[in-house]
Amino acid sequence: MDSRRLPRAVIDPKVRQVGFFTSCDPPPARSLSVPADTGASAIVPTDMSSSPPLTDIYITNNSFSSVRIPPPRQVSAEGLHSLGRAAGSTTSVFAHDVLSPHCWEGIQMPIGSYNSSEFMQGKSSMLSPSSSRFDDIDFSEEEATSACLIRTGSGKEAAAFPRSSGEVMMAIKSGANAPAKSALKTASVVKALPEVTEKDGGTSIEKQNEGIGAARSKQKTTKAERRAIQEVQRAAKAAAKDAGKGAKSTFASSGGALAVAKQAKSAILPSQTKYGSSVASERRVDRNPDKDGKKDVSQSSMQFDDKSRVEKAKRRAAVGHFEARNSVELFRHLPQYEHGPQLQYLESKFFHLDHIHPSVYKVGLQYLTGSTSGGNARCKEMLLAFQEAVMDYSTPPEKTPARDLTSKISSYVSFLIACRPLSISMGNAIRFLKNRIAKLDHNISESEAKSNLLSDIDRFINEKIIVADKVIVHHAVTKIRDGDVLLIYGHSTVVEMILLQAHELGKQFRIVVVDSRPKLEGKALLRKLVMKGLSCTYTHLNAISYIMHEVTRVFLGASSILSNGTIYSRVGTACVAMVSHTFRVPVLICCEAYKFNERVLLDSICSNELGDPDVISKVHGRDGLNDLENWSDHENLQLLNLFYDATPSDYVSMIVTEHGMIPPTSVPVIFREYGRDQLFF
Amino acid sequence: MWRRSASFVLDKRQLAQASPPHQQILLSSDDMEPNNLPNPNPSTDHGISAYYQTRAEHHAVVTSDWLAQAQAAVTRNAAVPEVLPKIAATGGSRAAGSGKAFSVIDEFNYWRKKPDLAEAVAAIMALAAFIRSSEATTMMELEIELKKASDTLKSWDTTSISLSAGCDLFMRYVTRTSALEYEDFNAAKLRLIERGEKFGEISLKARRTIAMLGQDFVFDGSTILVHGYSRVVLEVLKLAASNRKMFRVLCTEGRPDRTGLRFSNELAQLGVPVKLLIDSAVAYTMDEVDMVFVGADGVVESGGIINMMGTYQIALVAHCMNKPVYVAAESYKFARLYPLDQKDLAPAIRPIEFGVPIPSGVEVERNARDYTPPQYLTLLFTDLGVLTPSVVSDELIQLYL
Repeated sequence: MDSRRLPRAVIDPKVRQVGFFTSCDPPPARSLSVPADTGASAIVPTDMSSSPPLTDIYITNNSFSSVRIPPPRQVSAEGLHSLGRAAGSTTSVFAHDVLSPHCWEGIQMPIGSYNSSEFMQGKSSMLSPSSSRFDDIDFSEEEATSACLIRTGSGKEAAAFPRSSGEVMMAIKSGANAPAKSALKTASVVKALPEVTEKDGGTSIEKQNEGIGAARSKQKTTKAERRAIQEVQRAAKAAAKDAGKGAKSTFASSGGALAVAKQAKSAILPSQTKYGSSVASERRVDRNPDKDGKKDVSQSSMQFDDKSRVEKAKRRAAVGHFEARNSVELFRHLPQYEHGPQLQYLESKFFHLDHIHPSVYKVGLQYLTGSTSGGNARCKEMLLAFQEAVMDYSTPPEKTPARDLTSKISSYVSFLIACRPLSISMGNAIRFLKNRIAKLDHNISESEAKSNLLSDIDRFINEKIIVADKVIVHHAVTKIRDGDVLLIYGHSTVVEMILLQAHELGKQFRIVVVDSRPKLEGKALLRKLVMKGLSCTYTHLNAISYIMHEVTRVFLGASSILSNGTIYSRVGTACVAMVSHTFRVPVLICCEAYKFNERVLLDSICSNELGDPDVISKVHGRDGLNDLENWSDHENLQLLNLFYDATPSDYVSMIVTEHGMIPPTSVPVIFREYGRDQLFF
Repeated sequence: MWRRSASFVLDKRQLAQASPPHQQILLSSDDMEPNNLPNPNPSTDHGISAYYQTRAEHHAVVTSDWLAQAQAAVTRNAAVPEVLPKIAATGGSRAAGSGKAFSVIDEFNYWRKKPDLAEAVAAIMALAAFIRSSEATTMMELEIELKKASDTLKSWDTTSISLSAGCDLFMRYVTRTSALEYEDFNAAKLRLIERGEKFGEISLKARRTIAMLGQDFVFDGSTILVHGYSRVVLEVLKLAASNRKMFRVLCTEGRPDRTGLRFSNELAQLGVPVKLLIDSAVAYTMDEVDMVFVGADGVVESGGIINMMGTYQIALVAHCMNKPVYVAAESYKFARLYPLDQKDLAPAIRPIEFGVPIPSGVEVERNARDYTPPQYLTLLFTDLGVLTPSVVSDELIQLYL
């Protein structure tokens, strides 16, 4: 419920009103909308603060439905209008002294605009007015039951819609948003309102309004339900009071009332097994840490998030999953960093995860602790672990190796993912392996099939990584001339090999090693280079614009190259590439072709990996610098530790692969010409 | 790559516009006579790029021994006045007649002397003739011999991009065929000869194909800026003029070999209004220019071109003023090179005359060419079609797959 979008939506019906109600003077209508605006901003926060779990539940409800509740205020406002009208039209008992003609105007108008029936208009004009419809609305909601009862008694509109009660039941049930199985009619009716009014029929609104009474009268309320209703009413009243007496916005109060109603409902839910209450409560718990300061998270990302959570919940049986605290909004769709608790969890789970091959387990833990990092190393380790797993594999009776082994590999992969998200190169390698398994000849014996697979994996490692690296080195060395100053960033094994090879060839050049926190991978590389006798300069990313003046070539590695030429690499690469582009220094990306991916990436948000946020809060060797200690206690503070970023192809001069030196525009050509079969076998 | 080349369009259309190739030399000899100064600095001649010497011969560039060479060329041309497609056959018979002592270089030099023939085409012709005269008895042997011949040709002039590119492409094109699986050696060899000749033919036709494709881009009332003397660009403009298009050409002077003078002369002969600029007036006139036409010594893998010195700055100015830069280049100039910057290429040294003695202790930049990165080029007119710069790499990858 983002309050920011409120005012515009509230104004919307007002415009229509002018067209329909020539008899009423427009200026009052305008004056109406003004308090609405201010009220919106005033009310929403108070609502939030007064009832913290409120938003959670709102979100929770969203997550259940495939169609999300449309946030536009207009809809709910109309729902309220109709409610208010229901209250007003039935009896003057509810017409407070505060009622004014403007209010009725406002209330009637949307109905008119939605091809409403004339008799409603005529009637409304006769009705006593109210200056603040919000009061009216609050009132109508809190008195919903009695209003409805009285209305059915009056039966004015009920006569016009004889089928009313049945229709309303249908409307409620068919509401995509409302999982309207709840027996609690008041709650579901209130909730269904926005949904129903959305269908642009004034009639449906009317039906519903009438139906409230009808349904209500028929309903046999249980004790628990009655109590719940009372709670709803009480909460609504309290919210209304909190919200300030004078200026209240339609939406805020309506939203508040809605939410309160929902809250009440979900409060009852645990006792109602019908509603999948366990999921709801679980979700509420999940959501709790997020509740503050992130009210206007886009619904779509939220849903995506939820979907992945659902998947994770499925996997929960195999490996544990932990909630991250204070996740950054824009990156909430990504798997959150959870290595710390995950490691302990996995270690404790060692004997329960018996279906995971020990070598895979080992590799997984290595990923988790970070002792194996770097695209090539991770891919190689994974393939070697799979090799061992294949070696120890024996086909269970009545199963074919093609199927069973594939599922085994899949379970290993999901274990590895739980340890650390896969890199794109690993994804390619897994695809290759599965492809090989699927292509196994059914007629050959198991041992033969296994040896075939083993040699295939060997071949992949050899051809796609080791030999490819050699070829890349061979190509790239030709681009190093005497007197060059090469800038490198990150720790790419290929780049390291290139530098050492060029040094062995006796080329005279200097290296600038650029490093960045928190990983400081450059240090390890620097050590290796200095040991070999290369002359190096070590600096941090902050100084890049200073050092770039003297640089003649920039060599970078890549985690992956996407088909639009985007380089997906260690975070900071894009910065280096952009600075060098500005300084007109050629940027060479060295990357094996097995890391290419056919996807297209435009930013580094859609696909990325999150690291441990604690790492960036601490500065090594400076214990006094503890301003960020206990940062996770602050709910309005999030730390973001990204692993990768995307470098647009404009900043790249050349990509060096084993297929030669190509411009970044030719990445798709590699796909087309070498094909997936050849690229990944 | 070659199959879908645009040259087959030519076969259908039967363009009956035979260009008079030998007229040029004679024209140019009168034209250049006043410039025929003795070289004040003859010692600089050694180490000069052979590629540019050949160009100088063909383009009648002013060097000390130009006249003699031109006359020699004319006399030799008189001996072989055949139309282009027949050349392959005659060349073959000549080579066969020469017996055992067949030398690729000789053959190459023979073709090279033809003024209208690009160096790469000469090399291709020489290699085709080499296959024909080869006495190898196995496929392997033939391939190795061919490789050797191609290497000797390439080492003859290492600065020429189109020569090495042409040799490489020929090797690729000829040997990358299923013919090598033929059981019969003779059949396989015939197939190779066939392919070699096909390649030669395509290369010979390339210029006309490009002219046909490129002239569509010349519209009535346009002003075209031309830099350097490119036979392909000339062909394009010729065809455009003969199609009664009304356009104006601005020619840069093309220091130091003044190729622009010669180019403007050619155009003036065709009745095209020409204006001559000094090289430094490019930015001054760019606002009245509609498009820039340049040729290329070589097209590199990035899609950029290597061309006569000054192309880069013209492309930069044109890019700045949003004028299209069109490059006309035959596909045999596609080289598997990837220069990252200007200095990333072996320089092609050529003598530069300033008219006055150079003060002692002053260095002279004598490189003959520069590299224009692809982002400053709009389109490439090649015999494979009209390409964007990024397609060059595509074609090269396909060929070197």
